[in-house]
Amino acid sequence: MSDLSVTAPTKFQSITQVLKKRAFPTPTQSALSILVFGVLAWLAWSLFDWAILRAIWSAENVGQCGKGTGAGACWAVIDARHRLILFGLYPFDQHWRSTLAAVAIIATVVISCIPLMWSAKRIVTLWIVGFATYYLLMEGSLLGLQQVTTDGWGGLSLTLFLFSSVVLLGMPMGLGLALMRRSEMPFVRGFAVVLIDFVRSLPLLVTLFTAAVVIPIILPSWLEGDKIWRVIVAFALFFACYQAEVFRGGFQAIPKGQFEAGQALGLTYWQTLGRIVLPQVFRHALPSTINMVVITFKETALVIIIGFFDVMASAKAAFGTGEWAPYYLEVYVFVALIYWLFIFSLGQYGEYLKGRMAISER
Amino acid sequence: MSKADELRQRAKRRKIAIQAGLIALSALVILGAFTTARTNLEAQGLTSGFGFLERSTGWDYSFSLVPKTIMDPYSQTLFVGFLNTLFVGFIAIFLTTLFGFIIGTARDASNIAIKTAATVYVQIFRNIPLILQLVFLYAVLINLPGPRQAMSMADTIFLSNRGLMLPGLSVTPGVAVALLLASIALGVVLISRKIPLIHGVLGWVGGSILMCIVAAIAMRPEGATLVTIPELKGLRFRGGITIPIELVGMIVAITLYGSAYIAEVVRGGLAQVPKGLTEAGQALGLSKGAIWSRIKMPMALRSIIPPLGNQWIFMMKATTIGVAIGFSDLFYIVSISITQSGQTLELIAILAGAFLLVNGGLAVFTNWLNARMKLKAH
Repeated sequence: MSDLSVTAPTKFQSITQVLKKRAFPTPTQSALSILVFGVLAWLAWSLFDWAILRAIWSAENVGQCGKGTGAGACWAVIDARHRLILFGLYPFDQHWRSTLAAVAIIATVVISCIPLMWSAKRIVTLWIVGFATYYLLMEGSLLGLQQVTTDGWGGLSLTLFLFSSVVLLGMPMGLGLALMRRSEMPFVRGFAVVLIDFVRSLPLLVTLFTAAVVIPIILPSWLEGDKIWRVIVAFALFFACYQAEVFRGGFQAIPKGQFEAGQALGLTYWQTLGRIVLPQVFRHALPSTINMVVITFKETALVIIIGFFDVMASAKAAFGTGEWAPYYLEVYVFVALIYWLFIFSLGQYGEYLKGRMAISER
Repeated sequence: MSKADELRQRAKRRKIAIQAGLIALSALVILGAFTTARTNLEAQGLTSGFGFLERSTGWDYSFSLVPKTIMDPYSQTLFVGFLNTLFVGFIAIFLTTLFGFIIGTARDASNIAIKTAATVYVQIFRNIPLILQLVFLYAVLINLPGPRQAMSMADTIFLSNRGLMLPGLSVTPGVAVALLLASIALGVVLISRKIPLIHGVLGWVGGSILMCIVAAIAMRPEGATLVTIPELKGLRFRGGITIPIELVGMIVAITLYGSAYIAEVVRGGLAQVPKGLTEAGQALGLSKGAIWSRIKMPMALRSIIPPLGNQWIFMMKATTIGVAIGFSDLFYIVSISITQSGQTLELIAILAGAFLLVNGGLAVFTNWLNARMKLKAH
């Protein structure tokens, strides 16, 4: 403390300065840092060594897989079976359709992230167009292509289909429930409260299972519909009940004066809502909404249990035959990587938005 | 009547009409569901009602905390499933909370190496679906070597494709359950007394260990050693505690995933503690540990507990994925019961009722905890 010479703190520190302060301030801290960095580096190197350096890439070289102790990852299994993992049981010569359809959904999600698209009209149009493109391509009959019914869909394309239809259906349902929950009418409010709390305290798997198994019993057969649509509607209900709470948080951030100002101007309930309140609610609810969308994408993996051939089920099938059975690790790593890339990037985007909004609110 | 009154009247009438419509619609849907269900069930020759609970099941399942046979009635089997769900759920809640707090604190560390390690952990395990992690882990576990080539740590802990063998206290299962309950009770008592956080945690851990030692000395069967260690006898292990592979998979997968989530909750809570408080602690010359346990954590807990409660409920619900690897949780038992007995509606009602009960209980506990942790009024 003898050094009292004051230098102006600079905003940007050099890497060595940061390291000195944050990693090596005292001998014990330095030892700890070296140990932790050492372990991390060793893990990263082992992974790199297994997955890249010693890996076998081509299906032709599958004979070398698992030979000796020096063998790394056998990506040959992916080379040979990636079509099954990505497209499931979709007709082999029609895979280009499945690819384009999946690209349409991914493009829809990516374009939604651009602030230019954040108006109700644009975003709704975008999602409907994206979803319709997907459906037309996959189903095919309306475009004069070979018809493939939903039970022929599978793999990553099916996962993306479930995801996009749940979000597309669930978002308006969630908004509806949120509006009902803040209604002045006690029965309307009570209905929403009971439904939201009920669905939220049940595991998603129970909701989906109910849709798949119970609905055929309690609905007349003309209302039953395909199993896939029943499950999508149930999943959308689950999404809606959580999203309703997200919207509720958004509504709470709007001062009451905004409503009153609308009324004072002689606007109707729907005009006040649509032109004054909702645009602000959406803005406030955006980070949590992205979080919900990410969770939904993750949870679509559950449909394997109720018998859908999603990307996880097709992964299981990919190493299900005797020849590929030893390489389950590679297949799971591949599928995990697909999920991870999608979820991680959406999550990071959500964090970025949250940070940006926190700044704009200051 | 003035024009305004008339408009007000009209609005009132409309509101009543909307609500009446909603009630009528709900009633119609419920009634329709009932009548359709009855005709559909009659067509299949099924009788509704809970009479089937007394019939014996005739099928076996993987895991039970109490002795089981295939002659057990449905009621007993469902109860076993419920116990399994609670068992895995509470173990997962305990472990995820413990690791979540450690990793969340590490995410907030000033040491950049520790922070990086914690961030890598969270970003990996939070961003892969839980069920994929579970199935992945299970595939790895069942491909482990058999008991004779089991991996061992210091010849006391063994891991093979049959399960994890740990040394255990020589107590009967009944005493073990009593110990567990006593430990939970001790924890609740310690929370309800307003004692400093660190003392509470130390008191709870110390008290629980003490109870275990006392119980092992007093209650062990005649001539048994205090602790039994698993030993390979022939093709299988004897002694110690064997945790079946499905249970290992469930606990490890849920813990890895859940602690990443709780770590984020804890990090968020710590980030909300004003920097001035930490600096005040530093100015007083408190050590880093003391600043964490006496200033940061008690402050952060107030914003941590509500989302933490949601995570606990999530963990309880997550036990349903046991069905993917054949672990006999309540959902698994219910789905097998449905295929075996056909009593779909009754069984789904039991399943939903059980989850409403448990999650409602957890919510009440969280609220109580939250009220406990509130700042005292000045």
